[in-house]
Amino acid sequence: MFLRRRPRTATLLVGVLGLWILARTALAGRWTLPSDPSSVTAPQQWLNDLRDTLEADRDSLGIGLLIEPFRQGIDQLVTALRSLLSQPALGLPIPVLGWLGVLALAVWSAWALGGVRVAGLTAAGLLFVGWQGLWTESMDTLAVTFAAVGVCLLVGVPLGIWAGTSERFARLVTPVLDLMQIMPAFVYLAPLTLLFLIGPASAVIVTMIYAMPPAIRITAHGLREVPKDMVEAAVSMGATRGQLLRTVLLPAARRTIVLGANQTIMAALSMVCVASLIDAPGLGKNVLKALESMDVGTACNAGLALVVLGVLLDRVTTAAAERERFGPGTPRRSRSVPGFRRWSFPGFPLPERLRTRHLSGRGVPLLCGAVVVAVCIQLSRTFVWAAQFPTRDPGEGAGRAISAAGDAATLWTQENLPGLTTDWQQFTTTWAIDPLQSLLSSGPWWVTMAALALLALVLAGPRTAGTVVGCLGCIVLTGLWQDSMVTLASTLVATAAVLFLGLVLGVWVGRSRRADRVVRPLLDAGQVMPPFVYLVPCVALFGAGRFTAIVAAVVFSAPVAIKIVADGIRGVPEEVVQAATAAGSTPWQLIRRVQLPMSARALLLACNQGLIYVLSMVVVGGLVGGGALGFDVVSGFSQGEYFGKGLLAGLDIVLLGIVLDRITHGAGNRWHSRIGPPAVQMPGERGETRIERLPAGADGSGEKTGANSREELASSSSDSGSAQRRGPAPERSVRTPMGTRNS
Amino acid sequence: MTDSTTRVRPGHSGLRTVLSVSTAAALVIAVAACGGDKVDSEPGASSGGAGAAGDCGTVKLAVNPWVGYEADAAVFAYVAEQNLGCTVEKKDLKEEVAWQGFETGEVDLVIENWGHDDLVKKYITERKVAVDLGSTGNKGIIGWYVPPWLAAEHPEILDWKNLNKFADKFKTTESGGKGQLLDGDPSYVTNDTALVKNLKLNFSVVQGGSEAALIQSFRTAQKQKKWLLAYFYEPQWFFDELELKRVTLPEYTAGCDADPQKVACDYPPYDLNKIARKGFADSDSPAADLARKFQWTNEDQNLVSKYISDEKLTPEKAAEKWVKDHKDVVDGWLAAG
Repeated sequence: MFLRRRPRTATLLVGVLGLWILARTALAGRWTLPSDPSSVTAPQQWLNDLRDTLEADRDSLGIGLLIEPFRQGIDQLVTALRSLLSQPALGLPIPVLGWLGVLALAVWSAWALGGVRVAGLTAAGLLFVGWQGLWTESMDTLAVTFAAVGVCLLVGVPLGIWAGTSERFARLVTPVLDLMQIMPAFVYLAPLTLLFLIGPASAVIVTMIYAMPPAIRITAHGLREVPKDMVEAAVSMGATRGQLLRTVLLPAARRTIVLGANQTIMAALSMVCVASLIDAPGLGKNVLKALESMDVGTACNAGLALVVLGVLLDRVTTAAAERERFGPGTPRRSRSVPGFRRWSFPGFPLPERLRTRHLSGRGVPLLCGAVVVAVCIQLSRTFVWAAQFPTRDPGEGAGRAISAAGDAATLWTQENLPGLTTDWQQFTTTWAIDPLQSLLSSGPWWVTMAALALLALVLAGPRTAGTVVGCLGCIVLTGLWQDSMVTLASTLVATAAVLFLGLVLGVWVGRSRRADRVVRPLLDAGQVMPPFVYLVPCVALFGAGRFTAIVAAVVFSAPVAIKIVADGIRGVPEEVVQAATAAGSTPWQLIRRVQLPMSARALLLACNQGLIYVLSMVVVGGLVGGGALGFDVVSGFSQGEYFGKGLLAGLDIVLLGIVLDRITHGAGNRWHSRIGPPAVQMPGERGETRIERLPAGADGSGEKTGANSREELASSSSDSGSAQRRGPAPERSVRTPMGTRNS
Repeated sequence: MTDSTTRVRPGHSGLRTVLSVSTAAALVIAVAACGGDKVDSEPGASSGGAGAAGDCGTVKLAVNPWVGYEADAAVFAYVAEQNLGCTVEKKDLKEEVAWQGFETGEVDLVIENWGHDDLVKKYITERKVAVDLGSTGNKGIIGWYVPPWLAAEHPEILDWKNLNKFADKFKTTESGGKGQLLDGDPSYVTNDTALVKNLKLNFSVVQGGSEAALIQSFRTAQKQKKWLLAYFYEPQWFFDELELKRVTLPEYTAGCDADPQKVACDYPPYDLNKIARKGFADSDSPAADLARKFQWTNEDQNLVSKYISDEKLTPEKAAEKWVKDHKDVVDGWLAAG
């Protein structure tokens, strides 16, 4: 229906596409820049030599001297955390805290930070992980994660503050953050161990590279979201920059900063498996070891422990963020924000009663709790039963049952589904992947480039078209044009599937609470479960090939899209839905005419994030026959002579990410300003045509950032007393976050 | 039992509550002290092996990610710890990273090396930071394999000359109209693209990308009687599950693979060897001596691999089991001289 409003865009698109197909058919097979798998081009060789120089002269270049103190600091931090949680320490065969001590401390902290419910969840989760026989491994994983997250926040929050207050710095740092998040870790694993040596320190640094961007981005975002008039009021009262930051900006952005911590933790957890390729301790090792002998059940058990840890950390930090937001003593009315926390990673909505709980008067119970914690710690340092978890082997306890169930499920799918799945695989490959790939990669490179630039021009405008030409030009220079186009084709097909699932399931989940309750845990698992666990079943079902790579990418990316769309649907004001229903709309009309158009922003966001998430799975796809860039990166990691090639392939993935990100953003902004505010929109919305600029993050930071803006929307309207309104209300200045109220 | 104390409601006299909880806590400690094993009194929990912690010190052993390697590493580590009193620090690393460790001193020993001419040249010949400690006794075989059902039904396929006849059968959606030759983990040596070209085979190489993809493809192919030709290698635990059959290629002669672009012959048999950091090899550590003498057969390795992959023993338990049954072999490694 949107195309009907702007027939010109549609005509132009069809025109460009037609020209493209014509040109490609006429010139098929010429200037295709094929990538020879075994050749090494000059720039690739130059990168290899650079690596060799670095390796040979690590000490004489003074790099060692510069890096060594940093490395040792990190090393000591991890060692300290590990002796606290997982490794024998202080002359005893047990860590400083036995399991009972860790459990008590964790539950108590969760209670203090988040409340009774998350405390109960923490207890249940940790006991479950222990019962799986993975206590020590889980604690190792937590130690590495905490070390990485600690440093990330220490460095990231100040940088985020800088980026949030200085537009110039933000512009400078954004491409770097894009690079950090999209560049596959496989590319820099090996060189990092050259600089930081093999061991937990390198693992922490690899994790940091990936987990730092959300901390910076979300902090900056939080600061920028602070209402302008609040800042102006403070400035007019003569506040200096420092005072402004301390008394207005930081308190107002505190909750967002805690959410940044949440996303940093989640990103760090997602690196667990990759980091274990360079000997990072923890659950990642269990997953990879199990897969050496194709033991899907055991890998599944370890993956599940990771999911449990992820959900726990998410719930606790989200609850903490929520507490930051409401604080003690806020009147009940202003606390019940509809839809608040919808966006939380994994997340199911918290019950009302927790949101509105009064928090005051917890001092005494907390103190009593602290005493109990001290007792538990003492016990766990004294007695074997409290020091070592009763089940210490994944082969016993719940671990055994989970492994068996995982194996049985894998076997069942292998026995019963392949007839169906093979047809499906062949159909999609022949009718979707192949034609698109042939269009992109088997014509002259400059035709493809021109066509993509024209599409960008039509969809997003001249500036974006310029960016597209620049990025594609760089891809040509890296010598991996054809591989990049093959990857692009698979990426587009995967994104289409993600969007389809996002629309169908998102609408369903968004409209039905019960569906939400059923689907949510599955979405959480899809996002946190290491892809390595489900690669083998995927190959079993679809064979090694591009389709399998696409399936793996969809499993990982669809949950994000579904969550975003569901949230958009839920964000449609209740009375609009009621009005439409009263006017006699069928459910289908309601969805098509009201709910979908009114969640246009969410749809665009789902599209953008879907693309970026799919790109982050390119390398994983390379492990199951995806070929192209993913395989180049994997072989660069495995073979020294292809190091340069792998690095450039990683760079190409980043460039493709930038191209797709900019096009979807540009198109989104245009589309949004074009269709205008939906009929029921409040005036406040009109001014805000630009879609919140999202980080091209591959880890959910984008999701959360979008969430923030959306939560801000929801909260600002509710604070100003009109909970039904969408979009920032004009009387936004009324809003006084508790931080400022306190100061 | 202590949990109930946390549910104290606000409004009670704070100080009294805290005091009573503390008293209860002290009581719990006192009562608990009566029973249960103490941590420091636990037998067998102390670290270190049974042997006297002598002059061996620590050995940093790289563990590359495949089961056969794991078997070698487990047995070596078990003997070094139990018989020589060394501390073996295992590091899970990919090959490239492990070799880098020779340079930085982070790795002492790679106990099963598959060729890797480029790494040998770089670290042994040029940098001189690593040395070859000789064969592990294992023979590595690389080649093209088909699932057993196919070898049984079409035995002629085991000769490369007949491959073109069946190329159509091997077609997949990934192979672009030709027969598919599936390759695996890019870490392994492969001349497949050149081989296909130089032997004028109507096949194209498809990158499976990982060993897991290869093994699963063979499983599926056997179960569903699908046609599959793939790059694989022995010794490998998977042969225990499925006896893959090797396709013979033109015979290997010394030097026939000198130019990687012009290769038209089979892969050479690999003599799997041990590589050590030079400093470690030159030291008088008994572990270096053990590493030099460590030798066993493909059957031995397959057995330990089977313990690990099939019977799901931990590497330590698998090694223990094997060592107990093969005292004579182990004694040979430990003999002086």
